[in-house]
Amino acid sequence: MNKVFREITWPVVAVLAAFVVGGIIVLLIGDNPFVTFYHLIGNSFGSLNDIGYTLFIATPLIFTGLAVAVAFRCGLLNIGAEGQLYIAAFATAWVGIKFGGTVVTIFGKQEDWSWYSLPSILLILVCVLTAVIAGGIWGAIPGILKARFGSHEVINTIMLNFIGISLVSYFTQYYFKIPGDPILQTAEIGKGAHIPRISQYIPGMPDFVPLSVAFLLAILMCVLVYIFLWKTKWGYELRAVGENASAAEYGGISPKKQIIIAMTISGGLAGMVAIGEVLGYRYRYYDGFSDGWGFLGIAVALLGRNHPLGIFIAAIFFAVLKRGEIFVDIETKYVSKDLVEVLQAIIIIFVASLQKFTRK
Amino acid sequence: MGDILTPTFLLILLFSSIRLATPLIFAALGGMFSERAGVINIALEGLMLTGAFTAAVATYELSNPYIGFLCGVAAGAFVALIFAIAVIKFEADQVVAGFAVSLLMLGLPAVISSRIYDSAGSTQQIAKEFLLPDFYNRISIASILAFALIPVCWYVLYKTPFGLRIRAAGENPEAADAAGVNVIKLRYVAVIMSGVLAAAGGAYLSIGQSSLFTRGMTAGRGYIALAALILAKWKPIPVLFACLFFGFTEALAIQMQGVIKMPSGEDVPVQFIQMIPYVLTIIVLAGFIGLSRAPKALGVPYRKEN
Repeated sequence: MNKVFREITWPVVAVLAAFVVGGIIVLLIGDNPFVTFYHLIGNSFGSLNDIGYTLFIATPLIFTGLAVAVAFRCGLLNIGAEGQLYIAAFATAWVGIKFGGTVVTIFGKQEDWSWYSLPSILLILVCVLTAVIAGGIWGAIPGILKARFGSHEVINTIMLNFIGISLVSYFTQYYFKIPGDPILQTAEIGKGAHIPRISQYIPGMPDFVPLSVAFLLAILMCVLVYIFLWKTKWGYELRAVGENASAAEYGGISPKKQIIIAMTISGGLAGMVAIGEVLGYRYRYYDGFSDGWGFLGIAVALLGRNHPLGIFIAAIFFAVLKRGEIFVDIETKYVSKDLVEVLQAIIIIFVASLQKFTRK
Repeated sequence: MGDILTPTFLLILLFSSIRLATPLIFAALGGMFSERAGVINIALEGLMLTGAFTAAVATYELSNPYIGFLCGVAAGAFVALIFAIAVIKFEADQVVAGFAVSLLMLGLPAVISSRIYDSAGSTQQIAKEFLLPDFYNRISIASILAFALIPVCWYVLYKTPFGLRIRAAGENPEAADAAGVNVIKLRYVAVIMSGVLAAAGGAYLSIGQSSLFTRGMTAGRGYIALAALILAKWKPIPVLFACLFFGFTEALAIQMQGVIKMPSGEDVPVQFIQMIPYVLTIIVLAGFIGLSRAPKALGVPYRKEN
């Protein structure tokens, strides 16, 4: 019990400290911190509509938080979730078009862009696998580079973010955009690839709330990641490398292999963001869709102490802030929505700085 | 292809390389002091953004690029101090804290500039006469400063007691401590120096190369500077060549735009041009990292034994 208390205390202290610093910034800018924070967190749970939106935003954060945590447990910092989820989202849309029977209308003429039209269940399955595999491959690259050449995963993942985002933007612009469409986005995926929205099952939740069953998958992944990390031999080996690589190697575990495995799983989890985004929300790849979900995953994982339960709670917390930023923009006189990014950075700094006390 | 390799083209390429290498040189030299003293500096990106934003605002408000430059540098020192407190006093994970500083400097300038200029994306345009001057329209005063700093940093690092202590703090802090060196204090100084230098590089971006600050305008240059530092094996003179190399690739990428055609006869898409420096960074790191050796105590917090 004492241990649980300690695990919870410091993240809470870090958040409170960040709000104090954030409040001072708001004050210096010339707004009332209490009013600002009220708008930031007061619009998240008032109605089914609000709850739906908050959980919708939490969904990608759970995936990226888990992604960062799995890498963290192996002693790696995956700053590349952003690139991984972009690659995955594009790949998923591509499969959804190619195997979803997509027919586009170009200046009044119909053109079949698909190769094949899979039945719905199969199509969804293939799309989900694509998301995981595409993200996994993009995550594996820095893992292999680290294992093979020893080059630092932080620099490589950042570089791969730039490369991945440019790459999918290129493919979208030149090959998968409907000619004449002013927006940089692909054509729509086949109807069969759409996953159900939660509003179908909950009376009173408006249809336009984009919360989909991807949220349930995110909860399932929390459970699976927990079982993997703490109840299986593979998870034990992965954590052993994170705790002490040379001791693990002495015990017969190959750190290089674990690094590649951890980064691949991490990339696959980040790739799952594509499921909610492409199959459950926009039904296409939309350039620049991510609001920094990959980077926010780092804050989620740190605040959640790299534990799936903590990550779930931290993801909801950051989703509340993300949901609130637009209200801060509208309702306050001077504070812009970028305040959330500032708070997020300050929370990371405080959590990292207070970690010292949790080790004792 | 043959007709573009004229003397004029090569000269343009050379000056362009120097211009693009300049911010990298500042940042990499900053990173060198911090890392030679034992502190990993992923924060370089954020420190560059700090310098870029502060210099742009100060230059616009005061109409003087030199004061603007100094303001940027001072802000860099201040943010570096916060980073130093987190990683030295509180022993925060250096990579995590450094990344957080970079993240902070994506958001904070936007919050401030949307307050003072009603625009979160960028600051106000600075008139040309108030920018850092170029000589012969080619070489910026900041480039000259960057090149001059290379021998200065070499001298400081290898020929002064201060440099010796910095190197000792990064290689063997226990022994340095036993010899009477205040490792903690040295690391603070080294990290603050990195803030000063990286911010200078950022300031050049906003008030030299460009004429305003735009959100995230460093576009990963802080991380590329770090890659250059690793490629240069944490040594000042090779830092110059590593940065020139990265500057050259970026210059080549820009000059290639619209010149080199795809097999189909179309221009090479801009996305591929933009990717070149990032791809190259990965390749260079993979190819050369085995040959370079990091300071021994890099990334390890130092705790004084009683």
